[in-house]
Amino acid sequence: MSVLSCRDVCLGYDGKTIISDLNFETDQGDYLCIAGENGSGKSTLIKAILGLIPLSSGKITTGDGVKRNEIGYLPQQTSIQRDFPASVWEIVLSGCQGGAGMRPFYSKAEKQTAEENIEKTGISAFKKRCYRELSGGQQQRVLLARALCAARKMVLLDEPVSALDPIATAEMYGLIEKLNKEDKITVIMVSHDIAAAVKYADKILHLGKTVFFGSKDEYVKSGVSFGFLPGGEVK
Amino acid sequence: MTEFISKLSLYLQYPFVRYALIVGVLIALCSSLLGVTLVLKRYSFIGDGLSHVAFGAMAIAAVLNLTNNMPLVLAVTVVCAVLLLRTGENAKIKGDAAIAMISVGALAIGYLLMNVFSKSSNLSGDVCTTLFGSTSILTLGKTEVVLCCALSALVIIVFMFFYNKIFCVTFDETFARASGVKAGLYNLIIAVVTAVIIVLAMNLVGSLLISALVIFPALSAMRVFKSFRSVTVCSAVLSVFCALSGMLISIMAGTPVGSTVVAVDIAAFAVFSLISLIKRGIAK
Repeated sequence: MSVLSCRDVCLGYDGKTIISDLNFETDQGDYLCIAGENGSGKSTLIKAILGLIPLSSGKITTGDGVKRNEIGYLPQQTSIQRDFPASVWEIVLSGCQGGAGMRPFYSKAEKQTAEENIEKTGISAFKKRCYRELSGGQQQRVLLARALCAARKMVLLDEPVSALDPIATAEMYGLIEKLNKEDKITVIMVSHDIAAAVKYADKILHLGKTVFFGSKDEYVKSGVSFGFLPGGEVK
Repeated sequence: MTEFISKLSLYLQYPFVRYALIVGVLIALCSSLLGVTLVLKRYSFIGDGLSHVAFGAMAIAAVLNLTNNMPLVLAVTVVCAVLLLRTGENAKIKGDAAIAMISVGALAIGYLLMNVFSKSSNLSGDVCTTLFGSTSILTLGKTEVVLCCALSALVIIVFMFFYNKIFCVTFDETFARASGVKAGLYNLIIAVVTAVIIVLAMNLVGSLLISALVIFPALSAMRVFKSFRSVTVCSAVLSVFCALSGMLISIMAGTPVGSTVVAVDIAAFAVFSLISLIKRGIAK
């Protein structure tokens, strides 16, 4: 059974359709990369998957024991966060808030989860540090740890490496791959970086004038990736 | 020094001075608690806007000759806070414009009403009092003090109960929504509590200086401290300290209460900025 499936999904706002009749599904343990030009509807699709905006038509369902609010989301950074006074621990722990309901304080189990995810993403050394003083790569790992706190088996990453230098980018990809391979966490990643997508992902969803969904081998052969892959030419 | 203490104890014998000190400290505490969140959410001006709404409501209360205007002012301000927040979400008129519109509009209508219907001979004095709160904190009655204490207690309890949720929604609202946190509900709570605090704070500093009371302690604390919890605690302590010393100075020196408190807040901000500079210098 697939953990996430989109059936005939149409999306848009203000009466303008951005995505029409989109079909795809991911299985447990998949590594799906969503690619496409600016304005092709990647961010809109993400918001729809998370249930933040309504669908024009069609259906997005989660299965295999994953509820809609159990997708760990790594959003792009906002300007508010850049000067926000908060410790790494406070931020990671806030990932557990969705499961806390009306309970005012965090339970022992939630603190334990936060502790484990801090360990897993390799940020134990700066647990007490202030978020705004960390480097871009470290900040992304903090937000990834927070996403893992909210997640049960599935994370959704919105351009996780867009603001990182090459070394931090490689580390981030390595970390995501480890989570996917060792912890069997389903990864859905939005990225402009098609070269990396082809390197790491199993499946690729390409949005734009031509919509493609399939394994990465089919994707490379299909020619949709021209202009995005090194050596590719724009037709 | 002995002269200072004897003068102070003389003043403290008057109940209205004691009332003013109690109310002032409570208001300073409440306003600083939410200040951190409001500054970080870029809602700094909601304080300004709502305080002008409260001014307009006070003018209506004065025209209607209400002896106890607190309930009316509170109701009107809460409604406006909720409306302002609503427009933030699906806006025809965007957030800052909506705040500016309501703020200026309420101020103008309030002054107009007072001017046309006021029976008082000292109109500009009345307006000045409402805007700068120079004497109104010294004219509080016992019921107002009790109401003020109850509302402050409510604000503090609500803040403690929702502390973690407020942090989550402030730091990243999209993530909060995605992980199933009822961000809309908590934003509503923040708006209502903000409105309550502003109505309370009007007694202390008047409607023009309320933003100062909300913003300065939070900004000062953010210069030096690095976690949300320490910033919140520091801004609460700092705000109480500034309000208390500001009020004592104003009683001793006969200066207007509101402006003196804000002046002390500004001084504290300067000190904290200096500390942060020195700290950074040492770190280098």
